[in-house]
Amino acid sequence: MTRAAELFGQPLAVLNLGLTSFADTLRQCGTRVVQVDWRPAAGGDREAMAALDALVGADGKARPEIANANQEAIRRLGAAKPVLEGIGVALEDIPGMRSDLVLHSGPPVPWELMSGPTRGAIMGALVYEGLAKSPEDAARLAQSGAVELAPCHHHQTVGPMAGVVTASMPVLKVRNVAFGNLAFATLNEGLGKVLRYGAYDDTVLERLRWMQRSLAPALGAALQAHGPLDLQALIAQALQMGDEGHNRNRAATSLVIRALAPHLVEGKTAPAEVGRVLRFLDANDHFFLNLSMAAAKAALDPTLGIPHSTLISAMARNGTEFGLRVSGLGERWFCAPAPMVDGLYLPGFSAADAAPDIGDSVITETYGIGGFAMAAAPAIVQFVGGRAADALRYTERMYAITMAEHAAYKIPALDFRGSPMGIDLLKVVDTGIVPVVNTGIAHKTPGIGMVGAGLVKPPLQCFVQALVAFAAEEQRGRR
Amino acid sequence: MLTEVLVRKDSYHDSVLLMRLSRELETKAGVVEAVVAMATPHNRDLLAARGFARPTLASAGPNDLVIALRLDGTTVAEAETVIDALLEGRPAAATAESQPVSLGAALALCPEINLVLISLPGEHAGREARRALAQDRHVMLFSDNVSVEEEVALKTLAHERGLLMMGPDCGTAIINGKPLAFANVVRRGKIGIVGAAGTGIQEISSCIHRLGGGVSQAIGTGGRDLSAAVGALTTLTGIQALGADPDTAVLVVVSKPPAAKVAAKVVAAVRATGKPAVVHFVGAPPHTRQRSQNVVFATSLAGAAKTACRLSGLRRRGRTPGFGHVLATRVARALGSEARLVGLFCGGTTGAEALALLTGAGIAVHSNLHKDGPLAIGAGAHVDGHLLLDLGDDELTRGRPHPMIEPELRNDRLVGDLEAPRPTLLLFDLVLGYGAHPDPAGVLARGLAAARARNPALVAVASVTGTDEDPQSFTSQRRRLLEAGVLVMPDNRTAADFVAAVLCRTTARRKASRPRKKASPAPATRAARQRGRR
Repeated sequence: MTRAAELFGQPLAVLNLGLTSFADTLRQCGTRVVQVDWRPAAGGDREAMAALDALVGADGKARPEIANANQEAIRRLGAAKPVLEGIGVALEDIPGMRSDLVLHSGPPVPWELMSGPTRGAIMGALVYEGLAKSPEDAARLAQSGAVELAPCHHHQTVGPMAGVVTASMPVLKVRNVAFGNLAFATLNEGLGKVLRYGAYDDTVLERLRWMQRSLAPALGAALQAHGPLDLQALIAQALQMGDEGHNRNRAATSLVIRALAPHLVEGKTAPAEVGRVLRFLDANDHFFLNLSMAAAKAALDPTLGIPHSTLISAMARNGTEFGLRVSGLGERWFCAPAPMVDGLYLPGFSAADAAPDIGDSVITETYGIGGFAMAAAPAIVQFVGGRAADALRYTERMYAITMAEHAAYKIPALDFRGSPMGIDLLKVVDTGIVPVVNTGIAHKTPGIGMVGAGLVKPPLQCFVQALVAFAAEEQRGRR
Repeated sequence: MLTEVLVRKDSYHDSVLLMRLSRELETKAGVVEAVVAMATPHNRDLLAARGFARPTLASAGPNDLVIALRLDGTTVAEAETVIDALLEGRPAAATAESQPVSLGAALALCPEINLVLISLPGEHAGREARRALAQDRHVMLFSDNVSVEEEVALKTLAHERGLLMMGPDCGTAIINGKPLAFANVVRRGKIGIVGAAGTGIQEISSCIHRLGGGVSQAIGTGGRDLSAAVGALTTLTGIQALGADPDTAVLVVVSKPPAAKVAAKVVAAVRATGKPAVVHFVGAPPHTRQRSQNVVFATSLAGAAKTACRLSGLRRRGRTPGFGHVLATRVARALGSEARLVGLFCGGTTGAEALALLTGAGIAVHSNLHKDGPLAIGAGAHVDGHLLLDLGDDELTRGRPHPMIEPELRNDRLVGDLEAPRPTLLLFDLVLGYGAHPDPAGVLARGLAAARARNPALVAVASVTGTDEDPQSFTSQRRRLLEAGVLVMPDNRTAADFVAAVLCRTTARRKASRPRKKASPAPATRAARQRGRR
């Protein structure tokens, strides 16, 4: 009982939840006050709040089996060491790939419900593969069920925007050397009218053919001469140079060019073609995006399926739904309608043109870079409010929903604090803070392409659903 | 509709800035379409496709800025002014200092936090309070709409851990001299208060200050603490803490009348501290107020303050001002036998005290503060007889600020209740301090002026709960009331006594005095008279 009497001998330090005028008064009186930027847990959902309270004690500590599982999950994520091992071909390298299989971004979605960009990209890819004569023919084929549609994530692969991957496309092979697992992604096509934004005209397909015919072999040979490219080191350097690894990849792309250029020049590729390859890389600030995505996928895959862990092992969108996977719940997706992106538009476009949020690139945020490292990339804050302080705040906020800080990904503006890594489902639901995601915006009509970029808020709903399912699973386990 | 394409040579701007600028421009009135971009070949094509093809556009290069506008109702010059402003100065977005987003995060950030003040909606407040207690922090829970079951659970947890659980529905506390929520600025001193009555604590602590005394701690408990269900858990913790506190020499315990068993427990706990103590159960019948050992029972809030000051060793400075009986007689005569009382209170406890004193004087007063009986009314009811309303009643404050914060609520009633012009005696409380309206006297003066315009036969009586150190200043609020023709009494008790004295002098008293039970009006009036003479 002496605790109350002890209080009288201490300087008062108050935490204020609610009316800010109370905090103002105390501050005026010289009292130390901390105001909480409070929001209801689980968005006020009673069932989820009860589920949360069954997993986390009032002292804020998760049940011991959860804490232990999360410790293991974050150990694996922190220990990941992704390297670019080589350039392969989807059919030969991606597990389970077939010539009649089309991979797309996000959680599973039938053709009927697919967004415009995804449909456009699939149509383009079927023509590119020679499976259809025209885009219209391709649409009929896709609808008929004669080709199978499956998420990239189900095949150790990630794809930006529509994320369409078919058999003959060249792919980046990224290995997590700490665990031996591989992850794949296609090579980035550049900006504007491109397949990943649902564009499928001849220029798009012609570029894809050139990439397959010329770019991939040249890069593959250069990479072989150079040896595996340490992607963790590249990302770490890029964060020091103003990239965040999702919506800004200018520094990392430059670093890749710097590493490979001598080997390109020394290789067997004709000088004119080397020039074309280098110019292509130089013109595409986002070349590294697919590398950082595959690195993130390779790093996160070993965290999936650890019983009792509440780590978010994957997040992805297909333009129709936003989905996520929780480590302890294995391969199950928890989905909610894909939100719209709050962003800026290229000249001549507006919000009316935009498709809902799309792409696997949110794997970078899941890994602790991208929006989570926005403080490292002040140049892109124009997209998200306009002030460098906003970028710092976005990153600082993410520490409230993550389990650890990355040992290698340091953010200069935060005094080289590690980037917030490992999203904890419990913390997201408890704080009501959803991951911050930087992203591009696709035109809603197939065939047009990128129309802007901005910031998107994943729907809290799928985190809440996942938590309720997780709590039910834990309870079953205890019985 | 006006379409215009302007080119500014060699004026490079970052493309993202321009995207943002275009978007902001399109939000301005009269701007139908606006594209501000560098004249790259791609952008030139885009603009041409959108109907902005002009010779100037065709000759522009990547380092030239293109401004393409479609306007309806504004001029190009105006649009350019906006563009220049946006290009030049960045809009100052409100970037608040980053704040922790949860209780857990905040405690991790600042482990020295020792008290958590919660004023969230009731449905979420209990959960956060439980978390604060589980992490060994004292709690003040301002929120209401917390169930009794939850209150008992929280207070039991706090009791086990020796923590203070002030509330739910705790509006006032002063801890280590710092005001929490609604509290007056009072001198620090030797008197420790535990109160289940918010404005009760405010009236007592203000009176102590004005008498020259000081307060060590004022611990609020929430109004239900002394109910049988809660069993005074926080009051007991508070009493023990103040008993152990070397800076507290005298205890004051104030509450509405508790359950008999609970009262006995509380008095026993006070006795066990061995410190001189004053207990005041607002409106409790006299037989429950037997002095025992170190415990003195007070009969009013102001009385409790006075006794506490005396017990703390404070010598009386001069005379306590009372009301003039000549004045009471004159007011009674002026109002005549048809006089009706309308009491409009912002404070629940000040209202309850006034009601108890009036009832004790044999005056039948309808009130929403009566729990039951023939005089109990809903807050919205209109009655012909004497009326005293607690305007802080949930029924009246649902979805709007408490009248202590927004006293306009009282003015609405003041005018609304006086529609039939009839000689009326008005009784008010004015509560100052942190959290309260910056100028309640000014608001009341406005309301009175409006009421007087409709009904000149008004006499207004009021008291002010507060100190000269309060942001509103006791003296200047009093002055403002005096200027508005209000009879300002030294404290809430005296104001109620004065009103009782007036009503006892009118024939209205005889009509209204029927429901009285034990207390006969005459002795009460005499008592009032005696107090007034002192």
